[in-house]
Parts: sequence; C-alpha cells; structure tokens
Amino acid sequence: MVKEMERAGLPTVHMCTVVPISLTVGANRIVPAIAIPHPLGNPVLDHEEEKKLRRGLVEKALKSLETEVDGQTVFED
Amino acid sequence: MIKIVHYINQFYAGVGGEDKADVGPEKMATIPPISNALKAQFKGEADVVATVYCGDSYFAENTEAALESILAYIEEEKPDLVVTGPAFNAGRYGVAAGNIAAAVTEKLGIKSISGMYIENPGADMFKGKTYIVSTRNSAVGMKDALPLMAKLALKLVKGEEIGSAEEEGYISRGVRVPVWEKERGARRAVNMLLNKLNGEEYITEFPMPMFDKVDPNAAIKDITKAKVALVTSGGIVPKGNPDHIESSSASHYGKYDIDGVSDLTAETFQTAHGGYDPVYANDDADRVLPVDIMRDLEKEGKIGKLHRYYYSTVGNGTSVANSKKYAEEIAKELVADGVDAVILTST
Repeated sequence: MVKEMERAGLPTVHMCTVVPISLTVGANRIVPAIAIPHPLGNPVLDHEEEKKLRRGLVEKALKSLETEVDGQTVFED
Repeated sequence: MIKIVHYINQFYAGVGGEDKADVGPEKMATIPPISNALKAQFKGEADVVATVYCGDSYFAENTEAALESILAYIEEEKPDLVVTGPAFNAGRYGVAAGNIAAAVTEKLGIKSISGMYIENPGADMFKGKTYIVSTRNSAVGMKDALPLMAKLALKLVKGEEIGSAEEEGYISRGVRVPVWEKERGARRAVNMLLNKLNGEEYITEFPMPMFDKVDPNAAIKDITKAKVALVTSGGIVPKGNPDHIESSSASHYGKYDIDGVSDLTAETFQTAHGGYDPVYANDDADRVLPVDIMRDLEKEGKIGKLHRYYYSTVGNGTSVANSKKYAEEIAKELVADGVDAVILTST
C-alpha cells in the first residue's frame, strides 16, 4: 500500500513495528513503532503519558515527510 | 534414525491465538498434532524429536533474544535438520520461520527447510538462505505442504541431489546450476519464438527479476501548510464495522468521515483485524490510527489540515494484488482531494 501511495506522487511515511517487512515491501520513509497490537501506544502507561509517546512518534513521522531521502530510510531516534 | 526438530508458532502449538502471540520461546515435552502429522510423512525414516514454538508477536518484537533461545533449544537436540512452519500467508509467522531456518543453517551448520506462500514477506527475505517449500495461502494447503516438505527434508539430510525449484516445489532461491539440455540453445530459442508467435505456451529460461521499487517522492516543504491523510492496514473502523471488512483476506477497504472527530474511543471505533490481539485497539483506536494527536497538531498549526476521510483495510492475509488495487484507488482519491502527504500505519 505504501508503494502505491508513493507511486501516485504522495510522499508517504510507514509507521509500523516490524521494520524488516516494511523494508521488504518497499516503503521509503519508515518510522518504527511500539508493538504489533498497539503500534502508536502503550497500554501500561497512563493516558497522558501514552499520548505524549504517540505525539513523539507522529511528530517523527511528520519530520520524515519534511526530510529528503535518497532511498529507503528508517527514522530511528 | 534421522532426527528432526520442528519449529511452529503458538497457534499450532495449541497455546492460543492472537491473545497468546506474546508468549516467549518454549520447547514442548510432547509434540503437538502438526508435528505428528509431519512425522507421519517421514514414514519411519525420520523422527520429530522435539518441537519448539514462540508467539508470533514476541518473535517479531524481540527477534534477537527469541532467536538466541530458540537456537539453544534446537542445538540441545543435535538434529540432522530443522523444519519451520509451514506458515502459509501469515506474515509474522513466515518471517520467524524463515529467520529461524536461515539462522539454524548459518549459525549452527544444521540443514533447514521452511514452507510458506510465495507472497509471505518471509519468502522474499529468506528464500536464498534456506529451502522454502511453496505452499498455498492458508492452512487449507497443509495436506499438500507436509509431504513436499518431508520429501525435501529427507533428500537434504541424505545428501541426495536437489532438483530445480519447479521439480521439488520450493521457492526459487536465485541459485543457478549448470545442466545439460537435450537441444542446443539456438534451437530452443527459435522453438520458444515459434510458440510465442503461434500463441502457444512457452517457458522462458531466464525470467526477468521484478524490481518493483518506487523512488521516494520529494519531501514536503512546509508541513504546517500540508494536508495530511491517515491510512491504515490495521483495520480501524467505526464501531460495529459498518462495511463488514473481513478479519482476514479483506475483500475491500473502508473510507470514513472523521470531520469533527478529535478522539477515537472504545464507544465509537474498533478494529476489524483478526491478525493481532484486538484488546488494545478496541480500547483506544488512536493506538493504531492517531486521530487524537493529528487533531491536536492541526489545532496548534503544526500541520495544515488533517484530511476529512481516513481509509482502512485489514492487512491480515490480504493478497499483494488486492492490497495494490485498494491502495491505487485510495491514492487516486487522495490526490484528487488535494492531499499532500500520507501517514500509513500497520500493525
């Protein structure tokens, strides 16, 4: 799916937990997520802490969209 | 007798479904039914001496630690060969099965085979490092997969010559082997051309590799002016799943209006995905589709606008061809709606 978005001219960031799969399917901008059943959250945290964690990840994703990349790039911390 | 160790996931081990996908590696005292079915295929020539399993999510999220324990369990048994799977089109299971088979051969010097569907991401990742028998995309293919896997396993242990990918039924490993052909090249080429001209079947001797990489688009100059859309393969849908998106092998996708929605709650949204434990997403779907944060950022002027609609399908076991089709349609609409960039989330 990420590849088709990209092919249509839309810069796309893939937020996912299993980065090797994302690399295999051909995502260009990748932001590693927390866990498979809750990629953008962590139920052990309280609501506010969890939102802060999610916000950090989403901001990283937006930053990746503002970053020029040559090929497949994983945006680690 | 030839000694085989079998690796499977928590489901086939009988431990549980997605709610148990986070269990760590274990060696089983008694081998489960699937390992017995594999053993039966060896017809007394080999024994399945142990079965090792691990939860699919645990392996995906703790790959190095899981691999280390699994290899230690396997090494204790001193097997002649390790069989992993078959994983069919289960993505996490396929990646684990491929990874373990490859590591067994690379690190322990023990022969290995696996089995999975050709579109399983584990196939592309590990087909060059082990033998991956080509299976159907679901457990319906079990009765065809096990005999092929057992036959190839015995051949490998006995050091017999392994035929081509087509002959043996494994996924092409990208290895070229010199062979004698009955006819010379010129004749074969002309025959192939004649067949092609006559509209008859011909089989190329050199299939061109498919390089389907898409170059990245230029970055967004100013994200505070951009319209950003959310798309997910994590199956987030309005409560009640109004479009009846299937929990696996989804036959369609959904488009949902989130105008005025600033938080996804347990009362309003849920997941339709059957490939992961749904508890956390059903409790708070923002954990998969971050509408709450995008709304905050929109209010604060950190993004131009959150697109009014989000798109969702279930990535679980959905074929590449269908995913591609859905995404083409979605992308076309997004472009027409003036969307500048996409955040796509996967579970």
